Amino acid sequence: MTLQEIAEKLDLTLESTGVPTEHEVTGGYASDMLSCVMARARKGNIWVTLQAHPNIVAVASLLELAGIIVTEGVHPDEGTVQKAWEESIPLFTSPRTTFSIVAQLSELGVQGAE
Amino acid sequence: MVTDSQQDIDPEAVAATKEITKLQELVYELKIADVMTTKVVTVLPTDSMATLKEVLRTNRISGTPVLDGSKLVGIISLENLIRALEMGEIDARVGDKMSSRVETLYADETIIQAVNKFAKLGYGRLPVVDRQGKLAGILTQGDIARGLLRRLEMDYREEEIHRYRASHIFQDIVSEQTSLILRYKVASKDFVRCGEAASKMKRALERLGAIPSVVRRVAVASYEAETNLAIHTSKGGELIAEIQPDRTRIIAVDTGPGIADVPQALEPGFSTAPDWIRELGFGAGMGLSNIKACADQMRLDSKVGVGTRLEIIINMEAPDKGLR
Repeated sequence: MTLQEIAEKLDLTLESTGVPTEHEVTGGYASDMLSCVMARARKGNIWVTLQAHPNIVAVASLLELAGIIVTEGVHPDEGTVQKAWEESIPLFTSPRTTFSIVAQLSELGVQGAE
Repeated sequence: MVTDSQQDIDPEAVAATKEITKLQELVYELKIADVMTTKVVTVLPTDSMATLKEVLRTNRISGTPVLDGSKLVGIISLENLIRALEMGEIDARVGDKMSSRVETLYADETIIQAVNKFAKLGYGRLPVVDRQGKLAGILTQGDIARGLLRRLEMDYREEEIHRYRASHIFQDIVSEQTSLILRYKVASKDFVRCGEAASKMKRALERLGAIPSVVRRVAVASYEAETNLAIHTSKGGELIAEIQPDRTRIIAVDTGPGIADVPQALEPGFSTAPDWIRELGFGAGMGLSNIKACADQMRLDSKVGVGTRLEIIINMEAPDKGLR
């Protein structure tokens, strides 16, 4: 399933507007601890988190993640969006909780990274 | 007085001309099959206009081919639907309301033929068939624009990789032992820029032609080392990568405060990071274990009041080692 399809089905808002979202998503990972993401998330995964500071983009870029979903209506800092543009990382937001986003992803067949 | 008219040429205009030429070239080179949408929503001639309305609404499209078996018998659009609605003919059959004189494109034709046909007919979409007349896809002007952009971007990226490819450096420069040394200053408590050194190191290894699994291990290890410098040092530190053809050595050094109990610091989950740093998602106590999992060799020396030196060695080819 492509990131674009996921974004439409989950009604996500793309904050880094214009960044391409047509690529395939290989799986998903959810955590707010960056080191856990570093250890576990795989290339092409979608990452669900509450964190919204610019370093999440650095993590996503280093791991070549498919994109980031920031949950619970948390608004990413200006610097985060700016960095997402620079690194071409799709950065989404949703008012829903991490739990319900993950549940919906799972329903769509997006598997965990393990 | 002699003026040189050549001086008046705007370099940007020249670049733009080159781009248009590239686009023109692609229009003749790309096949309709390369850019068309292959997942085509279709309706049957026996379907009602009410069914059509639902099909258009749920798929957010403004028209669709009509298929009888695998044979393309017509095309029906939002316009036909609106007309039927006006006439109160919502229960009419699609077969009676469609336009059955269907203009089609062949999948093996080039984009320029599609562009010309769109210009001539003014339609929003055209069905694409193979030479046997079987429906192969559908093409809109948007598909053409997207296809061209995608291809331009791909070409551009390839050119860029080619231009910056540095993997020949170790062949070109001969010595008993050649290494490339990259140095990065890491500031204390700067969590906005933290990760930039690791990103640059990763990009350098990619350009040097390292295999993706090695690049990933270097990226993870250097990110964690960089983060440690940002979180724990009082004055920041330095991240150094020494790249050799067979291995990369990463060194993180700082001038304090130093680690009191090194074995304890290496335990997964042990962290001395304050709460405000943990709230940012750092300080899970997994940094050093992540580094260890990525490294072929790792050495941590520290003295309180003096500083810490972390050395990581990652062999350039070891496909079985890594985080998983």
